[in-house]
Amino acid sequence: MRGGSRDRRAELTLGAVAVGVLALIALMVVIVFTKAWPSFSHNGLDWFGSGGDADVQLKAMIQNTPLPGHSIYYFRAWPLLWGTLLTTGLAVLIGLVFSTFAAIFIVEFAPDALRRVLDPVVRLLAAVPSVVYGLVGILAIAPWVEHHLISQERKRSVEYVVQLTGANLGVAILILTVMITPIMVAITSRSLAAVPRTWTEGSAALGVNRWRTTWRVSLRTARPAIIAGAVLATARALGEAIMLSMVSGSRGFAANPLDGTTFLFEPVRPLAATIIDYIDGLSVVPLAQTLYAMAAVLLVSSAMLSLAGWAAKQPLKKYGIRA
Amino acid sequence: MRSQPATAGTGPAAKPRSKPRDSISSWPWTDRIAYGLCWAAGIALCAIAAWIVLYMAIKGVSYLKPSLLVQSPVGSPNQSGSGGFLDPIEGTFLVTAIGIVVAAPLGVAVAVWLSEYARPAGLARAVESGVETIAGTPSVVLAIFGLLVFSKSFLAFLSQTSAGGAVFGRSFLTAGLIMSLLAIPLIVGSTREALAQVPAHVREASYALGKTKATTIRRVLLPSVRPSIASGITLGMGRIIGDTAIIVILLGASLRLEGAGGAPILSILRGTGSTLTSYVKENSPAGEGNAPQKAYAAAFVLLVIVIALNAVVVRLSGGQSHADGTL
Repeated sequence: MRGGSRDRRAELTLGAVAVGVLALIALMVVIVFTKAWPSFSHNGLDWFGSGGDADVQLKAMIQNTPLPGHSIYYFRAWPLLWGTLLTTGLAVLIGLVFSTFAAIFIVEFAPDALRRVLDPVVRLLAAVPSVVYGLVGILAIAPWVEHHLISQERKRSVEYVVQLTGANLGVAILILTVMITPIMVAITSRSLAAVPRTWTEGSAALGVNRWRTTWRVSLRTARPAIIAGAVLATARALGEAIMLSMVSGSRGFAANPLDGTTFLFEPVRPLAATIIDYIDGLSVVPLAQTLYAMAAVLLVSSAMLSLAGWAAKQPLKKYGIRA
Repeated sequence: MRSQPATAGTGPAAKPRSKPRDSISSWPWTDRIAYGLCWAAGIALCAIAAWIVLYMAIKGVSYLKPSLLVQSPVGSPNQSGSGGFLDPIEGTFLVTAIGIVVAAPLGVAVAVWLSEYARPAGLARAVESGVETIAGTPSVVLAIFGLLVFSKSFLAFLSQTSAGGAVFGRSFLTAGLIMSLLAIPLIVGSTREALAQVPAHVREASYALGKTKATTIRRVLLPSVRPSIASGITLGMGRIIGDTAIIVILLGASLRLEGAGGAPILSILRGTGSTLTSYVKENSPAGEGNAPQKAYAAAFVLLVIVIALNAVVVRLSGGQSHADGTL
C-alpha cells in the first residue's frame, strides 16, 4: 500500500510536534528551577517566611551591598506572598459570589432582551486587555479613592509604617474582581444552561419555586463547573502582573488586617507584579535568581491549580458537560 | 412563531417552552432577596462594561488625533511633543504576526495528533496536560523563561549581541516566539473541540473511498473544521495583542522600532521596539513617559482592535461564547 508509509510519516510528524511542545514545557520547569535554586538554598524554608522589608532586601541585591549580618541572597518573601494571597483570594471570593448570582440571572431570570446584551458584555469584559484595566484604575479610580475615601486622619494613623495613596489593596482587588468575574460567569452560565431540563421541571412540578429549584437543583449540578471556573480565575489572578503593578501601590508591604478599614487602603505588591517591577535589575545575578525563585513559586502554584481544575472537572463528564 | 403578533395577556404562555411560572410575591422573603441579588449582579455587569467602554471612548475620542496614528514616538518631557504611536501599532502587528505564524501550525498539529492519533495513550495525556500547563502559566513566568533561553549564545541569531559578546535576548522574534505559547492552548482547544464534533461517518466515508488517514485529515477533516481553527487563531491574536508582561520583558523599552544592523527585514525582527500595550504602560503614571492623554488614546485603539477581534470570533463560532478560552 503506497499510502501506508506516508500515513505513518504523518503520524510521526504530528506526534513529534506534540512531544516537542511537551519537551519545551519540561525544559521551562527545569530551567526556571535551576536558575532559582541558589535563592532557595541560601534562605531555606525561611524564604517563605517574614522578616524585614522585601523591597529593602531586593534593593540591597541591586546595589550589591548585603544587609548587615546577612548574605547577599537574604530574602523573605512573606509580604509579597501575603499580597498575592490577599489580592487573589479576596478577588476570587468576591468574584465567586458575584459571578454565581450573575450566571443564575443570565440563565434563569433575565428577560430575553437583557440576556442578549449580557452575552456580549461578559465576552467584552473578558477580552479587555489588562493594561487597559490598569490604566483606568490608575488614572480614574485611584485618584478618586485618594480624594474621597482616604482622609488625612487615616493617612496619619499609619504614616509611621506606610504611606497611603490611591493605588492600594482595595483598588487592586476591585479591578482584579472585574477582570476575573467574566471567566467565572461564562463557565457557570454554560453549565447551568446544560443542566437537564427534566431535573428542574421535576423540582418545579413538586411545587418548588424557581429560585429554590435553581439553588437546590441546578446550582448543585453545576458545582464542579463553578469550581473549575474559580480555579481558572485564580490562575488568571495569580499571574496578573501588569495591572497589579500599576494599581496595587507597588510596595512590598504586608497589609495588616488589624488596621480595620485602613487595611484596604494599604499598598501591597503580589509576586508577579514584583517580577515586572524589578525586571531592569535582571543582570544582577542574585536578584535575577530571586526573581526566578518567585517565578518558580508561581509556576508550581499554577500547576497545582491546573491539577485542581482537572480534578474538579471529573464529575462533570458524567453529565456530558464540557467546561 | 414569529409571524404571530404577540397579544396582550398571552405573552409568557405564547413561548414554545415556558419556564415554570410562579409569582414572586408568593416567595419567602429570603428567596426574594436572592432574586434581587441576581438582578443586581446582572445589572452591575452591564453597568461596569458600559462604564469602561464609555469612559475609554470619551477619553480616547477626545485625545485621539489622526496624526497620532502616523507619527513615530519622540522622547519628550511633555506630552505635546512626544509624537504619536505609529511604531507601537506596527510593533503590535509584527509581534502578533510572528506569534500566530508560529502558533497556528503547531497548535493545529498538536490538536490533530491529540484527537486523531493520540498513541501511546500515556504520551497523549502528558501532552494534553502540558498544553493545559502552558495555558495556566502566568505570562510573566513565560517571559522571563524566554529571556533566559534566548540569552544563550547559540540563539544569538534571534536578537542582538553586545560588544562584550553578551546576547541581548530581547527582540521582536523572541517576544513573538514566547507569545506563540499564549496562543497555542487556545488554538489546540478550539481545533480539538471541532474535530471531536465531526461525525464518525464522515471519516468512515473517506476511508471507504480508499483514502488514507493522512489524506482524510488533510482533505476532509481540516477543511471541515476551518472556522474553528480560525476562531482559535483569532482568540489567540486577542490574547497576544492584549499581553503586556511579555512585551515589557522581551521586547525592551525603546519606543521606536530599532533595527539591529544587517539585512533590512531581519534587522527589524532582531531589533527592539514597543507595542500598544507597552506604550500604554510606559505613558501611564506607572511608567516613565507620564503622558496620560497619549496612554488613553493608545488604549482606546487597543480596545477597538480587541473588540473587533472579539466580533470576528463570535461571527466564526456562530454566537457561541468562548469568553473563558478554556480547552
